Amino acid sequence: MLQIPVWKRILIILTCVLGLYLALPNAFYGPVEQHNDALKAIEVAGSTPELEAQAALWPEWLPERLVNLGLDLRGGAHLLAEVNVADVYANRMEATWPEVRDALRSITPVRRVDAPEGELRVRINEADKLAEALAATRTLARPVQTLTGAGQNDIVVSGAGDIITVTLSEGEKQATDERTMQQSLEIIRRRIDEVGTREPTIQRQGSDRILIQVPGIGSAAELKAIIGTTAQLTFNPVVNRGADENASPGLGNSLLPDAEAPGVFYIIETAPVVTGEELVDAQPSFDQNGSPAVSFRFDTTGARKFGTYTAENIGAPFAIVLDDEVISAPTIQSAIPGGSGIITGNFSVEQSTNLAVLLRAGALPAGLTFVEERTIGPELGQDSIDAGKIATTVAFVAVLFFMWATYGLFGFFANIALIVNVSMIFGLLSLIGATLTLPGIAGIVLTVGMAVDANVLIFERIREELKTAKGPARAISLGYERALSAILDANITTFIIATILFVLGSGPVRGFSVTLGVGILTSVFTAYFVTRLMVVFWFERARPKTITV
Amino acid sequence: MRRLRLIPDDTSIDFFKHAKVTFGASCVAVVLALAVWFTMGLNYGIDFRGGTTLRTQSETPVDVAAYRAAMDGLGLGDISISEVFDPTSDDSKHVAMVRIQAQEGEEAATPEMIEAVQGALKTVAPKIVFTSVESVGPKVSGELIQTAFLAVGASLAAILIYIWLRFEWQFSVGAVAALFHDVILTIGLFSILQIRFDLPVIAAILTIIGYSINDTVVIFDRLRENLRKYKKRALRDVMNISVNETLSRTLMTSGTTLLALIALLVLGGDVIRGFVFAITWGVIVGTYSSVYVAKNVVLFLGVNRDDSKKDNNSGQYANIDA
Repeated sequence: MLQIPVWKRILIILTCVLGLYLALPNAFYGPVEQHNDALKAIEVAGSTPELEAQAALWPEWLPERLVNLGLDLRGGAHLLAEVNVADVYANRMEATWPEVRDALRSITPVRRVDAPEGELRVRINEADKLAEALAATRTLARPVQTLTGAGQNDIVVSGAGDIITVTLSEGEKQATDERTMQQSLEIIRRRIDEVGTREPTIQRQGSDRILIQVPGIGSAAELKAIIGTTAQLTFNPVVNRGADENASPGLGNSLLPDAEAPGVFYIIETAPVVTGEELVDAQPSFDQNGSPAVSFRFDTTGARKFGTYTAENIGAPFAIVLDDEVISAPTIQSAIPGGSGIITGNFSVEQSTNLAVLLRAGALPAGLTFVEERTIGPELGQDSIDAGKIATTVAFVAVLFFMWATYGLFGFFANIALIVNVSMIFGLLSLIGATLTLPGIAGIVLTVGMAVDANVLIFERIREELKTAKGPARAISLGYERALSAILDANITTFIIATILFVLGSGPVRGFSVTLGVGILTSVFTAYFVTRLMVVFWFERARPKTITV
Repeated sequence: MRRLRLIPDDTSIDFFKHAKVTFGASCVAVVLALAVWFTMGLNYGIDFRGGTTLRTQSETPVDVAAYRAAMDGLGLGDISISEVFDPTSDDSKHVAMVRIQAQEGEEAATPEMIEAVQGALKTVAPKIVFTSVESVGPKVSGELIQTAFLAVGASLAAILIYIWLRFEWQFSVGAVAALFHDVILTIGLFSILQIRFDLPVIAAILTIIGYSINDTVVIFDRLRENLRKYKKRALRDVMNISVNETLSRTLMTSGTTLLALIALLVLGGDVIRGFVFAITWGVIVGTYSSVYVAKNVVLFLGVNRDDSKKDNNSGQYANIDA
């Protein structure tokens, strides 16, 4: 009949209490957020009285996890960047060329010839030594260092006539792509951390995309300025300086424009003396004339190479190249053994600060193309929150009234369950660190409407069972039992939809699917177990002879 | 205490008296919706066709012609400007959406282009602010549209399989026919009214699928129960009993859901209005289709009610003139 074992009662009550407890911080969003920010700041930068005061806004022993607000509610910038993974192939080939040259030197003289990007072509002088040359080139191959590419070598060498062609193998390309993506993610993360914004989202999407969401930032353009630059810094020997943009640089050299002066071009050796990867530090500073500059320091290998090169080339110019533009091309006055130096250019203070940040964080291994960007102003987000709050409140009150007017006392039980339900949704969302978006709010409102469905099913069923006059206790218990299969089927199908939305959706749509899914779980729990417990408590005390539902 | 009752307690409405008419009407509506979709097309947002939208807000009324004139010289191709009306916002807020087509050779908008547009608009409305700027490249939008269709297709397939496992194949065909009906009618409505069709609307369509199937399943569940209970009665009668028995629940649930949705539609702000509008419409057609499409299809197909004599029975009920 109408019985629930004591342990079940306790479990149901505990679950509700836990849900309410976890949801509690969201009711005091502002103070809790300040508290959390202050704690973070104290951890990073030490304590100040102001931070302590902010931290004290919320007691330490209470939960402090909040529902994250999505960009559409908080405002901020969203970028989807595609990493041009193929950039790296070309660099690899550039690095392979000297190796090939050295390997073939003893066999036959070789010359590099033009080739499509990502391919290395070498012409050998004596075509009859092709087999020997191919064998020697193949000794340069190394096995690919991944699970999937096991058994493959990193390069594929083929020959025809007097031309040897070297390309990366498929396995190596995959492995390289994987590394490129990992590095890009890491470097974007470091750059954004350097700027210090709250809770950025930096996620890999698919094989070659990165999603970046930064709340609170003014515009996507600002964000692009931080992460959009590759910041590949190299120091290259200068071959020539001129004004002809069509000048032929010759093999192994490149023609690069000057970053500041239009019409000025440099021919430099493509192979750099040292690169930005060998930097250990970069800081904004000023040169002897008081103009903004960036000072830097090399690691030991970088310092040694730089020292040797400058000692051997006193009086010759060398170029400081950033992303294929020459920032400056000073003449080497003396050997620079210490491994530190200063980059001057026509910087503003802001530019030198930015450059220092970029150099510290490291260069992106490949260029980025932005395929999607969104900026949402904070005022629009606030408008949406306000509208969402009003709409949710009105919807809530209307549904509560409607339920009470239709089912009386039982409707009142369902209403309590509904309130518990919405709190539990917030509690669960906070617990799993989900993000609440505007469609997510709509999802909650929809849940408010639909959550009562399970109760409606049960109550209608109890009404029907009462008609066959089995006595109230029996009718209630049958009502719950017999409505269960419909409740489960109805909710499982909706849950399937929520899962599909989660897997295939992105951004706001995914936020919606999370609230919908969580809402289904909590509403089944509250509508079935919580109302049942309330009905049982009431029934045990009142012992009514007849009931009306 | 007097209780609110949407309908009398015991109803015995014959829902299948005009089955041919209602089902026929649904078929015609679906065909019309498809025709409208293919002839008028959908007013795709940038999510699905690439391009840039700027949301502007200013204290002075939106002058679409002046906005357009200001941007004419920029050579950005197709530009559409629409004023956004919101009954809840006050007079100091005049919101417009400016949409610019995807630019040749660019994936997302360049900062220069956005600056040029913003500068041009500031010449006509000095105090204008840009509350959101969104740009989607043609590559991504192509993928988004694919994913969207995939999501709708996958949902229909998943439901077909689930209902098949839980009930019988006739039920799953009926349920999916009803869902198809709801989805097509929603798309048709968006096409007729030329409401912006973007990513959240796809989420709305999937929600409609979820809601409609919910409704359909509840009646199916009762039908299954009654088929066991009334073994001798004709399928049509059992279906009528089942729909009547669940009628008050159907109306209650649609009622509460619609209450919540209407609150959101009126008060939730214009950003999600398209999304909420789709769901509201879907709840109405979904409730209708649960009875008049899903059940009709099951009635036409017949149900196998005796495992030992499969062929005879399904044939017998398939012949019932509905």
